[in-house]
Amino acid sequence: MYTDIVMEHFQNPRNVGEIPDADGVGQIGNPACGDITKVFIKVEDGVITDAKFKTFGCAAAIATSSIMTEMAKGKTVEEALRITHRHVAEALGGLPPKKMHCSNLAADALHAAIRDYQRRRGLPVPEERPSSGHHHEDHHGE
Amino acid sequence: MRRIYFDHGVTTPVHPLVAEEMYRCLKDNFGNPSSLHHFGNRARKAVEEAREKVAAAIGANPPEIVFTSGGTEANNMAIHGIAYTNQHRGNHIITTAVEHHSVINTVKALGKQGFTVTILPVDSYGMVRPEDVARAITDRTILISIIHANNEIGTVNPVAEIGRIAREKGVYFHTDACQSFGRLRVNVEELNVDLLTISGHKIHGPKGVGALYLRKGVRWRQTLFHGGAQERLRRAGTENVPGIVGLGKAAELAVSDLEARAAQLARVRDYAIKRILGSFKHVRLTGHPTARLPNHASFCFDFVEGESMLLSLDLKGIATSSGSACTSGSLEPSHVLLAIGLPPEVAHGSLCLTFGPENTEADVDYFVEVMGPILERLRAISPLDEETAYADRNECLSCRAADICRHH
Repeated sequence: MYTDIVMEHFQNPRNVGEIPDADGVGQIGNPACGDITKVFIKVEDGVITDAKFKTFGCAAAIATSSIMTEMAKGKTVEEALRITHRHVAEALGGLPPKKMHCSNLAADALHAAIRDYQRRRGLPVPEERPSSGHHHEDHHGE
Repeated sequence: MRRIYFDHGVTTPVHPLVAEEMYRCLKDNFGNPSSLHHFGNRARKAVEEAREKVAAAIGANPPEIVFTSGGTEANNMAIHGIAYTNQHRGNHIITTAVEHHSVINTVKALGKQGFTVTILPVDSYGMVRPEDVARAITDRTILISIIHANNEIGTVNPVAEIGRIAREKGVYFHTDACQSFGRLRVNVEELNVDLLTISGHKIHGPKGVGALYLRKGVRWRQTLFHGGAQERLRRAGTENVPGIVGLGKAAELAVSDLEARAAQLARVRDYAIKRILGSFKHVRLTGHPTARLPNHASFCFDFVEGESMLLSLDLKGIATSSGSACTSGSLEPSHVLLAIGLPPEVAHGSLCLTFGPENTEADVDYFVEVMGPILERLRAISPLDEETAYADRNECLSCRAADICRHH
């Protein structure tokens, strides 16, 4: 049911771990829901130089977290805020429909980490933007 | 790659003797049992022989056996048929929180059609208390349906005792014996049941066939299927002759030498429980420690999610099940695990091993060997550990927005 890319990222997830001196940390989900993703970022001159994650969840949750960190690294904060659920799912060659909601929290966790960074730096924090057009995916909070 | 099948509660490999009989039937016995000619008679004979075997296996008389398309159909038609045939006597149905979906959803559907439903809780082992059943019975109660042995946690219910209570009160009693038949002794007299469901593919028979036992004299009519007069007006549609032949053979094999086979399964089960609880941290057994199916070992592993474990094990050649949301097809963990009082985050880490005759202690050793690194890897990825211990229960706004998480 999963694409080969999902299975590859599930088996060999990139950038697992924590960044002790992270510039921003974001967490999305709740263990009760079966998925929780925590993202750590380092930012230099407005560019994400490092991103790491920890995830409790199914194979899709781990794979989306993994590929999201790859997508975020090297991007400016503004570019990274434009990464959506859809982009993450597309980069994995698609996700089963029922995994699109709960197991696709990586982009939101990244955005939460960026907002945390902006708050810590006293930068203007842009309003939480919908990361996809889906009704219930528009309301992920921190 | 070494392949180990630890998922016999979900389905079983077809026994070679069953396959052989079915093949012979498919090849040489194509007739319609309703036909009056030679070909029909031969098919009729095969169906009636299978009925005798199924009846003998559960201590029933052959006319009390109705062949169905499987456990789900048998459960549906048992409950629906009793409900609508006994409406003049009452409208109250009692069931439990740990039933198979084909029971719980049928009862819930009747709840929307004017019937009153009581869903009994279970104890932390998943067992129904007979006194709860007795207390729930009113003068409007027409049916009690309680699973014999649960598929997710293996707990065996005190069905005989509940059956005695039902009989004293004059209430019909149905049990779903899909998991227990062929693993425990299942006898309709000893269990005091009026209706009982079995399934072919759980007992090394084919898929797409099952049977409903209907005690003689029980007020029951077919209320779901309309059609011909097959199965003495109890189940319309041309009989699945090869499937029925396969079920008959499988039922015969399921009770032959049952005690020795169950003892062998229990040896592997007990070894698995001992090794798994002894080898890993943060793991608990789910279901009853002793009153459980001889082939059933189920666990919850903390800080990891079931589907991740299941897929990791599959990559190592081991087939298992989980009651996590991801594998249940919904966003909620299994209703059975929630019913025994596990918090959802623990229920998400469930893993269920169900053994068959081909499994050995060496298979369990292999499981323990590969499970160690899998747990270590997934726990290293997980943000949860002993310290967090799910302490940060921040609201999951995504789930709240989608209105799918019961616990918020």
